[in-house]
Amino acid sequence: MTLDELFEVAPFSLPKAQKAAVFTAPLKALTAHHVQHCERYKQILVAMGLKVEDIQTLEDIPFLPTRLFKSMELRSVASQDIVKTMTSSGTSGQAVSRIFLDRDTSALQTKVLTRIVSDFVGKQRLPLVILDTSEVVKNRQLFSARGAGILGFSMFGSKKLYAFNEHMEIDVEAMSVFLAEHAGKSIMLFGFTFMVWLHFVQALERSGFRPDLSEAILIHGGGFKKLTDQAVSKAEFKARLNKVCGISPKNVHDYYGMVEQTGTIYVECPQGNLHTSNFSDVIIRRAEDFSVASIGEKGIIQVLSVLPRSYPGHSLLTEDEGVCLGEDDCLCGRFGKYFRIEGRLQRAEIRGCSDTYASSV
Amino acid sequence: MQALSSKIDFLIGQYTSLSKFGHTQPLEIFSETVLSFWIKVSERLLSDSQIKQYPDVATFAFFCRKANLFSLQRQYLDASLRLGRGVIFHIAPSNVPVNFAYSMLAGMLSGNANVVRVSSKDFVQVDIICLAIQHVLDKYEFGLIRERLCVVRYPRDLEINQYLSSLADVRVIWGGDTTISEVRRATMSAKAYDICFADRYSFAVFKAEAVLAHQDLKGLVRSFYNDTYLFDQNACSAPRLVVWLGDAKTIEAAQQIFWTDVQAQLLNYEIDAVATIDKLNMLCMHADDYAGVHLRPRKDNKLWRIMLNRLSSDLDEHRSAAGYFLEYATHDFGELSVAVNRKYQTLAYFGFENVELDGLMRKARFLGIDRVVPIGQTTNFSLIWDGHDLIRGLSRQCTII
Repeated sequence: MTLDELFEVAPFSLPKAQKAAVFTAPLKALTAHHVQHCERYKQILVAMGLKVEDIQTLEDIPFLPTRLFKSMELRSVASQDIVKTMTSSGTSGQAVSRIFLDRDTSALQTKVLTRIVSDFVGKQRLPLVILDTSEVVKNRQLFSARGAGILGFSMFGSKKLYAFNEHMEIDVEAMSVFLAEHAGKSIMLFGFTFMVWLHFVQALERSGFRPDLSEAILIHGGGFKKLTDQAVSKAEFKARLNKVCGISPKNVHDYYGMVEQTGTIYVECPQGNLHTSNFSDVIIRRAEDFSVASIGEKGIIQVLSVLPRSYPGHSLLTEDEGVCLGEDDCLCGRFGKYFRIEGRLQRAEIRGCSDTYASSV
Repeated sequence: MQALSSKIDFLIGQYTSLSKFGHTQPLEIFSETVLSFWIKVSERLLSDSQIKQYPDVATFAFFCRKANLFSLQRQYLDASLRLGRGVIFHIAPSNVPVNFAYSMLAGMLSGNANVVRVSSKDFVQVDIICLAIQHVLDKYEFGLIRERLCVVRYPRDLEINQYLSSLADVRVIWGGDTTISEVRRATMSAKAYDICFADRYSFAVFKAEAVLAHQDLKGLVRSFYNDTYLFDQNACSAPRLVVWLGDAKTIEAAQQIFWTDVQAQLLNYEIDAVATIDKLNMLCMHADDYAGVHLRPRKDNKLWRIMLNRLSSDLDEHRSAAGYFLEYATHDFGELSVAVNRKYQTLAYFGFENVELDGLMRKARFLGIDRVVPIGQTTNFSLIWDGHDLIRGLSRQCTII
């Protein structure tokens, strides 16, 4: 099956055996493509002692650490073909990932994102309420993964509204008008998990405003870490959302994704599981030796995507910890692996004499 | 100033004695009072049943026992008058629990009043040593010591650093480059100075034929483990580069038996997940900087061997930890000059005679390397550290003609 043919089937339709057959070949071909077009990537594989011809299964596809994109310029196209450079500030200091996109890779990202999201919200474009301020997109200084995420999801909106003013307060009047206009119709909400919690759920709880969002679908991402720090569980997040605006917990979808693999996001189904699509896969690996972890066993998340052609980011070892929960048998009916994120890997206490006094408390 | 005192936690001493530090009389180096004080502390520590669990405390107690102190003293015996500089402000590293005690001991043996900042992390080792000190201070008459010693703990705070720095004649800063620049934001009097222990890089040299001929390979491997994995290969003195001397065939054979045993030693070593990603990331960066490096096929992520086909002057920038070894084979010790820069601290060796190394080191005249020690002894404390003689560095010689 070619990439084009992949688009002809539903995005969560391939059972294990079929997926292995159609997914491994393009990933291997991408590996060969990057070896040929990215000298650095080629050097890295040589140093690791890995050869394209030795790749037999998906697990054999070499992986780079996502962190590498923060320190190294990696691209597989001529610089004049780059139409967009995506950046993301990491959680660890100033280092920024730089992801180089050409026209094709960029277009594919949009196409695949649409395919995946449609499976959860339907093919119709819906009125979109962005639970954020337009400043994030307007203000170039603030422009970040957050802004890019908003722009990426904006294309799903037939009409859109930024629900917060520049002080991150709910614009009650604008929101009321927007909701009245689309009363009775389903609408889509999009926001970053912690922003949704802090500036929407908690703000609504403090105010008397109770927008009717019983017909809405919320897509949110960015991670639960800050909520976990405040001892807020996923279930509580959904329950309190439901209480302030009537949104059904089954219509609240977390997603997992990263700027290094834009497009192939992993969306949470009504069962609360994140799903791999036909365009992507995850492999959970053991720290001990990078071997593949069993179902139910925690490990380091490797993400694979058929999209990255302009940069060698088709197979990446993240710094997130996760658990694969099963394959093809999620009660939601989607095929593919389903998994859960356990959070960011924590660095063990550093032993030795060079220390962290300057950054310690 | 009162506000400052409330922010500082005193493990030994109190704020009032600290403020009088500047007026205390210096002592001669290795003064009788200081020696008998530490002998008592050592006895107290060695009689503490707890220290069995803390080999680092036991090692320290052994270091400050009577016989060793007298032997150290002999190295500094001459007729000249050597007095303490005055007040020493020690900033101990946050990750090596017992280091503060060695630094404090050196400051006292050299005749000074000492204020020691210990890590804000709670280490049992720090408590054990401070309790022993307190016990000796309470039980015996050590007024001279009591008015010259404070062990303190406080969170990162420029104001406190500034206050303690203003008292100090010498600051002893452990903990690496970031700590040094942080502490240096606090100014000192014109005559005062710093003794700094910056980030360093260390390597090991093995004579291949000696490894093959060695009767106790397991013992050698255990020593190597203690030099490296015991502190996750993060200590400044931990070898990160391993150089093999000999002909290609002998080296190959020696590497084979040595690393097989190292791997076997790692059965219970737990590798941190982030450390494995660090290794992967470093290998990628290294591969980009130098064509020809390659990772040896590996059993697991606890031991990564990165084979080099040439040496370069920036190997210390290609460091990772927790079992990430750069390896190089040569028949010529002198070739190491290419690699050794100012950052290099310890050369750990196996298979050489002391005289032989003395000759090689004199011939090589490296930019770096302050200590050459047998494998297994890289973390042993010495009053001469990083090329600084702590006793001379913390005292002054008064010439009388």
